[in-house]
Amino acid sequence: MPTLMPVVPPAADLSLAPRSARLGERAILVVLWLFAAVSIATTISIVFVLVEEGLQFFTQVSILEFFTDTAWRPFGDATSEAFRIGVLPLVSGTLLVAVIALLVAVPLGLASAAYLSEYASPRVRGVLKPALEVLAGIPTVVLGYFALTLVTPAIRTIFSPESISIFNALSAGLVVGVMVIPTVASLSEDALSAVPDGLRAASYGMGATKSVTIRRVLFPAALSGIVSAIILAMGRAIGETMIVAIAAGNLPTLTINPGSQIQTMTGYIVQAVGGEASRGSLTYNSIFAVGILLFLMTFALNILANVIVRRFREAYE
Amino acid sequence: MSVLSTPAGVARAAVLDLSAPAARLRRERLFQAALMTATLIALAVMLTLLFDVLSDGLGRIRSEFFTNYTSRRAEDTGIRTGLTGSLSLMALVAGMAFPIGVGAGIYLEIFAPNNRFTRFMQINIANLAGVPSVVYGLLSAAMFVYIAGFGRTLITGALALTLLILPVIIVASREAIRAVPPSIFNGALALGATPWQATSKQVLPVAMPGILTGTILALSRAVGETAPILVAGAVFSRRADNEPWNLLEPFGALPVQVYDFIKRPQAEFQIETAAAGIIVMLTVLLTMNASAIILRNRYARKR
Repeated sequence: MPTLMPVVPPAADLSLAPRSARLGERAILVVLWLFAAVSIATTISIVFVLVEEGLQFFTQVSILEFFTDTAWRPFGDATSEAFRIGVLPLVSGTLLVAVIALLVAVPLGLASAAYLSEYASPRVRGVLKPALEVLAGIPTVVLGYFALTLVTPAIRTIFSPESISIFNALSAGLVVGVMVIPTVASLSEDALSAVPDGLRAASYGMGATKSVTIRRVLFPAALSGIVSAIILAMGRAIGETMIVAIAAGNLPTLTINPGSQIQTMTGYIVQAVGGEASRGSLTYNSIFAVGILLFLMTFALNILANVIVRRFREAYE
Repeated sequence: MSVLSTPAGVARAAVLDLSAPAARLRRERLFQAALMTATLIALAVMLTLLFDVLSDGLGRIRSEFFTNYTSRRAEDTGIRTGLTGSLSLMALVAGMAFPIGVGAGIYLEIFAPNNRFTRFMQINIANLAGVPSVVYGLLSAAMFVYIAGFGRTLITGALALTLLILPVIIVASREAIRAVPPSIFNGALALGATPWQATSKQVLPVAMPGILTGTILALSRAVGETAPILVAGAVFSRRADNEPWNLLEPFGALPVQVYDFIKRPQAEFQIETAAAGIIVMLTVLLTMNASAIILRNRYARKR
């Protein structure tokens, strides 16, 4: 809420000012309002564009087929044999990468949060927190390079080159996981730090050790914040584009095998746009149909995270 | 009591006073060590990445790498298009996103009435920050390329990045303005300043270091973003220079150039040239972040 707001005198008080200055003030206020309204225009435009370009897809193909068919090849002529429009492989690829990412990011992120909030001295925290922010600021195309040229060869040596293809969900998922560690860590740390010290003191007073206090008292008390951090991290993992476009491959596959080549929703958008599909073609519209799904999924996760924080926050005092 | 007041003191007291059995103490130490290791893993990954990039790419960094256009031969390839494109994008995005973002921040923090529409604006900005960047690419691909008729040009890319980082700048501006003591604003009003005079002459100068820092950090995010401008139609290898005033020309960008190198089949491109491009890009980002810190410190000293 605007904190400075209540001290602005009501309009009647300002009538002492010269009329010309008041007009100028008015004009400036209108301009500022317009700037603030740009964000609303952006949202409206996103929804408009996705609906406008994406729904044309469903005027030509059945929406039932979109959600139930098991192959995704929306290229060329709709009447040809190879043309299939089942989005499931893209969704499964996206979720596979997101799940692998969370398997990495949740334990590491929560451990970092607990360490930073409960153990680290101010000096150590002063080094580690900015370092995590630097990690969050690395461009994802760089992380994609890392996944393809370092992580993939490593896991292909550890397992076997036969079971892990050059482009695979595992490598992309692991690196996406590293990418979202700062999200999990910093939001969870905020939640842990917000737990009142009285709870810690009470726990120690009962004879609990520090690790017991963290696991049995602090984590439950901060659960709403931690869960919403994980959900936001999942949203970021689902929306991540460059890492999967580089390392996960371009082959939509309905599989849960992390070693196989897959394609995510975001990966398809990048691939299909690169193919320069002309506007109005079925392929072009399919990009936006996938975009609608992606937007709705991430939007739902964001809303869910907000609701969890608001509804289930443990209120102290 | 004083012993219990700091977490470290609490821990020491818990461990010592209970005269915990050795096994319990060992478990505690193990737990702490595990947490610390987990924290360091993320940083170790980052250092590995930096070391890997430097060892692969440093050999390619020569003056020709900056001045040459892309080429089919790895040894002749340069990132001129990407570099000029990214600098042009940065100038345009800064020119658009700064006034709009700061203006919106001022409105929401100082002038907005406390009503439903304002709350809707705030929730909307929070949600926009969570929209995947590739969706901003889709927005631009349809809205600016086709509906507005700009085509796959510099202005399209700049608009895509502007909309992407606008929520970040708005939030940073609001936080910086909120940190200014209300007494400054009220004092100006009491001396007869209009609300806008109080804002522009008193509040903004105090908030400016915070606003600038937030803006530069947001800009550095824009420079590193690939997906939105890739979808909005950035090109890989146009043999020309981007200039900020040539709005309706095709454009390149550093991250897009790096993506192109990674996607090529030859190892010299995929490994070494891409790494060299990454080094240049990370250097640009580092420079921006460092200048954000310097700027903030200089302003802080003046006040």
